[in-house]
Amino acid sequence: MELDPLLLSRIQFAFVVSFHAIFPVFTIGLASYVAVIYGLAFKTNDPKWERLGAFWTQVFAVVFGMGVVSGIVMSFQFGTNWSNFSLATANFLGPVLSYEVITAFFLEAAFLGVLLFGRGKVPNGVHFFAALMVSIGTFISSFWILSANSWMQTPAGVEVHDGIYHVVDWAAAIFNDSFWYRFAHMALASFLTGGFVVAGVSAWFLIQKRDTELHRKALSMTLWLLLFLTPLQVFIGDLHGLNTLKHQPTKVAAMEGNWETQTGAPLLLFAIPDQEQQKNHFEVGIPKLASYVLTHDWNGELPGVKEKPPELQPNVPIVFWSFRIMVAMGLLMVLVSVVGLFLRRKRAYMNSRWYLQTLRLMTLSPFIAVLAGWFVTEVGRAPYLIYGQMTHAEGVTPSLTGGMSLFTLIGYFLVYACVFAAGAYYLTRVIRGGTESTEQHEDDKHRAKRPLSAAEASFD
Amino acid sequence: MSEPTFDLTYIWAAIIAFGVIMYVLMDGFDLGQGILFMFAPSEHDRDIMMNSVAPVWDGNETWLVLGGAGLLAAFPLVYTIFLPALYIGVFLLLAGLIFRGVAFEFRFKAHSSKYLWNWSFAIGSTVASFAQGAVVGAYIQGFETENMRYVGGALDWLTPFTILTGLGLVAGYALLGSTWLIMKSEGATQQWAYRLVKPLLAIVLIIFGIISVWTPFVDEFVAERWFSGFSAIWLLPILGLACAYWIFSSVNKKREGSPFVATMGLFIFTYLGLLASKWPYVVPPNYTLADAASAHESQLFLLLGLLFVIPIVLVYTAWTYWVFRGKVKADQGYH
Repeated sequence: MELDPLLLSRIQFAFVVSFHAIFPVFTIGLASYVAVIYGLAFKTNDPKWERLGAFWTQVFAVVFGMGVVSGIVMSFQFGTNWSNFSLATANFLGPVLSYEVITAFFLEAAFLGVLLFGRGKVPNGVHFFAALMVSIGTFISSFWILSANSWMQTPAGVEVHDGIYHVVDWAAAIFNDSFWYRFAHMALASFLTGGFVVAGVSAWFLIQKRDTELHRKALSMTLWLLLFLTPLQVFIGDLHGLNTLKHQPTKVAAMEGNWETQTGAPLLLFAIPDQEQQKNHFEVGIPKLASYVLTHDWNGELPGVKEKPPELQPNVPIVFWSFRIMVAMGLLMVLVSVVGLFLRRKRAYMNSRWYLQTLRLMTLSPFIAVLAGWFVTEVGRAPYLIYGQMTHAEGVTPSLTGGMSLFTLIGYFLVYACVFAAGAYYLTRVIRGGTESTEQHEDDKHRAKRPLSAAEASFD
Repeated sequence: MSEPTFDLTYIWAAIIAFGVIMYVLMDGFDLGQGILFMFAPSEHDRDIMMNSVAPVWDGNETWLVLGGAGLLAAFPLVYTIFLPALYIGVFLLLAGLIFRGVAFEFRFKAHSSKYLWNWSFAIGSTVASFAQGAVVGAYIQGFETENMRYVGGALDWLTPFTILTGLGLVAGYALLGSTWLIMKSEGATQQWAYRLVKPLLAIVLIIFGIISVWTPFVDEFVAERWFSGFSAIWLLPILGLACAYWIFSSVNKKREGSPFVATMGLFIFTYLGLLASKWPYVVPPNYTLADAASAHESQLFLLLGLLFVIPIVLVYTAWTYWVFRGKVKADQGYH
């Protein structure tokens, strides 16, 4: 079989970016949570918040460290595998991605050290301020990344001369048509990730009957938050979908498994899309519902995938099923949050073992939803890298061979497998360490000012 | 678009050139600890070596990432030709940096698995250093390009010449590492570091010498530049050799700080000599700085942010080194 460098490059990018994406969504949500906890600590002067803050700061440190490591790889992918794309778009993407790097470094240089190592050494107010700045910094970082991604989905503010993009309007390019939807959707996704991880870990501590009073407080707080955020995310997701329908109708058609343009399109609950035959098998759907959701009219017209010739269609089965997984996870999150509200009477949620176990399992749900969501939006815009303007085939590095891309694909896979197995293993040790003792007990002047140094657990 | 009133390309060239030498000097001495790591006489020495760079190493690598992102923004052609041409080398570089970075994190936490992180640190550092040296060699060799694209093969960068430059940089970083260690350690560890300097200096001078003689044969442009009459650039290798002598004499006198400063001098003059050889070509043999530059408004847009951040990063870096001044002991920094 001939090795296709284009396909292998896409797989490699999907692999490294999926792996990387897990960490930022986690850290962004967690940073905000840590800021809230230290805010409470500052306001109430209650040592229990200090304790909780210190625990989650350690978790944050480990995840942040892993995110930084995997992020370094990302910044080179554009050049190694997508050099034609990089050359064409450098005038816009270069500064935007550099601003992300600058933000991250500024944040790390100025505030992360104070957050991780400054407890007890700087006034509580200053420490809280550092936590707040770190959480704002993570948002600014994601702002730039999502601006770059949104620009590739809905390019604006640029002119092309001799195959090179030139920015004529920075505001239009940065705040392009799909930016705010994507940013809001991702910001909420990060909050939900942080929320479900905190809920799951608190539930685990409650099952273990460790430090129960503290984790009850944490869980209660988090469940209130999730009760509001989960439905809000469904709402924002819907707006994002409508925006996509406007700019990338074929993507929405693939999400709905809708091959032919039709009025009164059904909402498919199950189907096996067949790209070859350009139709679905075993369709089970609710009549007219897709049209209603997307056009707010039972007989609204929904564009079909077949509006585009086969070579300009995305992979419908992947988009269709990724979308269903994401939505299913979203609805499950809403359900679990609402059940939590009903269990509030007599604090039943804290003693109900099955509910705590459910929360524990739900820890994975936001990660699955986030990855599935990115698969929808990224696979769904295929074959375009820059929507409607540059295809993957045009953007890939011309000198790249199948052998080269296979070598690095396997290579990155092995590196990540080693490194992140160690990281995940260590993370579980930090969490098992618990909140009972999170005292920093040494002069850390000579210690690495590295994120992981903030964690106290031993590796083996 | 109106003609820019002021060309930012050379300001950007200066920023990137500054970033590169900052990276080489600073990450150089901590990569050097990794290269020498498994040769250290005892675990105690290894603890000191790691502690001597632990608080600063990641700040040092900041310059690499900043340089990478800055290149895409200011000189996209460099980014989009170097990375495809060095595809396999870039992978080795990143894999090496990841393994040593993780070793920094976990070695402090490990007990029975410590040896694993020792090797991870040593091999990762050596591979990353070699890959960087090979990049320098590939830059001297030049790249096969057509219509702003790299059109050569996957392993064009790996030639006897680039292997030599790779080994040269490994030796150079080891020298930087050993002189750094002299400054930061005492007792037996320092004595060991003193003993390393002369052999390493000899290896570095031999390899740098061979490279200097070989380079004009690899690239006619370089030969032309150096041998078409004497010019001020001949000062650079002379100053480099003076630094080499300074390393030698200061080690003889058992000075603690001077060997490191002198080694930095050797690196700086070698680096300037390299830049002088190739100027103004950034993607030899076909493209100059001006060819590789991005649009004026893009350079300006990023420069505004960078002018604000670079001073902060510099102050922060200086502060970290200040806090961390003085000798390192083995029992500090881990438990």
